[in-house]
Amino acid sequence: MQRRDFLNLAAVGGGAVFASSLAGCAARAQGMATAMAGNDYKDFYFVQLSDTHWGYQGPANPDASVTLRKAVATVNALPEAPDFIVFTGDLTHTTDDPVERRRRLGEFKTIVSDLKVKTVRFMPGEHDASLDRGAAFQEFFGATHYTFDHKGVHFIALDNVSDPGAKIGDEQLAWLKADLDKIDKKTPIVVLTHRPLFDLAPKWDWATRDGAQAVELLMPHENVTVFYGHIHQEHHQMTGHIAHHSSKSLIFALPAPGSQPNRTPLAWDASAPYKGLGFREVEAEDAGKAYKVTEFPVVRA
Amino acid sequence: MQRRRLLLRGALATAGAALLRVSGAQPQPRTIELVAKRFEYVPKEVPLKVGERVIIAIKSLDFVHGMNIPDLNKRLDLVPGRITQLELQPTAPGVIEFVCDNFCGDKHEEMHGSFVVSA
Repeated sequence: MQRRDFLNLAAVGGGAVFASSLAGCAARAQGMATAMAGNDYKDFYFVQLSDTHWGYQGPANPDASVTLRKAVATVNALPEAPDFIVFTGDLTHTTDDPVERRRRLGEFKTIVSDLKVKTVRFMPGEHDASLDRGAAFQEFFGATHYTFDHKGVHFIALDNVSDPGAKIGDEQLAWLKADLDKIDKKTPIVVLTHRPLFDLAPKWDWATRDGAQAVELLMPHENVTVFYGHIHQEHHQMTGHIAHHSSKSLIFALPAPGSQPNRTPLAWDASAPYKGLGFREVEAEDAGKAYKVTEFPVVRA
Repeated sequence: MQRRRLLLRGALATAGAALLRVSGAQPQPRTIELVAKRFEYVPKEVPLKVGERVIIAIKSLDFVHGMNIPDLNKRLDLVPGRITQLELQPTAPGVIEFVCDNFCGDKHEEMHGSFVVSA
């Protein structure tokens, strides 16, 4: 698909994503050329990593002690540095021990400090934050929900994990409403969160209990795209004009939503290590009204 | 067994009490005890019969576990020290699943169970 075709698709769908494998560099160069040819949008891209589960030990990833480090090296080797990097939660694997939780968070922070790009945004997942309502996470990474702006796009990080009941909560929803009330309806918005904001698979607890309220608040805005994690696989869904895109994990893959009775990790394939794992580039196109997603494996050939 | 065919009349504890008062001529519902603990429901499968009213009396031992029953559009918080009641009257055979939806620890993802309704 040519980039012009992609933009046409995006214009029809709103927040559309064209996902391709390892095509990011050439396509991004093409996008820059198009921008220089006359369109005045501010092209940029960021990298999303998710569900690293530092501290996990188990058969679903016998290489868990080095997977994150390899991913960091792969990100550092990207031919063009991203504007920034986001981690959408489950930085660490859960533990009941508060000391061990902090040790894992500290080790994770040390490992990702090797990223060359120094603008890195962190979000918690339920494994990081649900057992202490985000206390340890905040000690290492600060607020669990926040906003920032980048080249005309308004980013909102929503916390739907510090409440163990997978709720955003009334207080944060009020904060979200107040933030959105200040924004022009045409301003492109990207929401970063951990759990899906819609009922993807409630039988697997793949939902946010009050996510529909957040979506309702976002609906009046014309260009909204959500990037999340939690389900350890790529998934794309629309709720109205809002696009939701989940990312792969960096520890183990999970089965497709509802495809089997239980959400047990997919078995490690020794013949294809890191199969189903990876991270993504997200390229803002058309002034942040569309996003191109390019998936990368943990280790590039 | 088609899960979509399964219909259950369910009510939370307070609503269930009202139902029992209205339908006083009916026999008392059978009470079935269910324990929630990290990271399982005991028993994991709860056998039920079509048409029989039952009270599921749920006791949590160690955490405010959740019990989400998406097919019934119902969920409960299971507070330790309390018995949480759920009234059900199955109207068709089938299997209906429930899952803990309050993150409770390392094996939270394995904490689920089901009502197995036979004719």
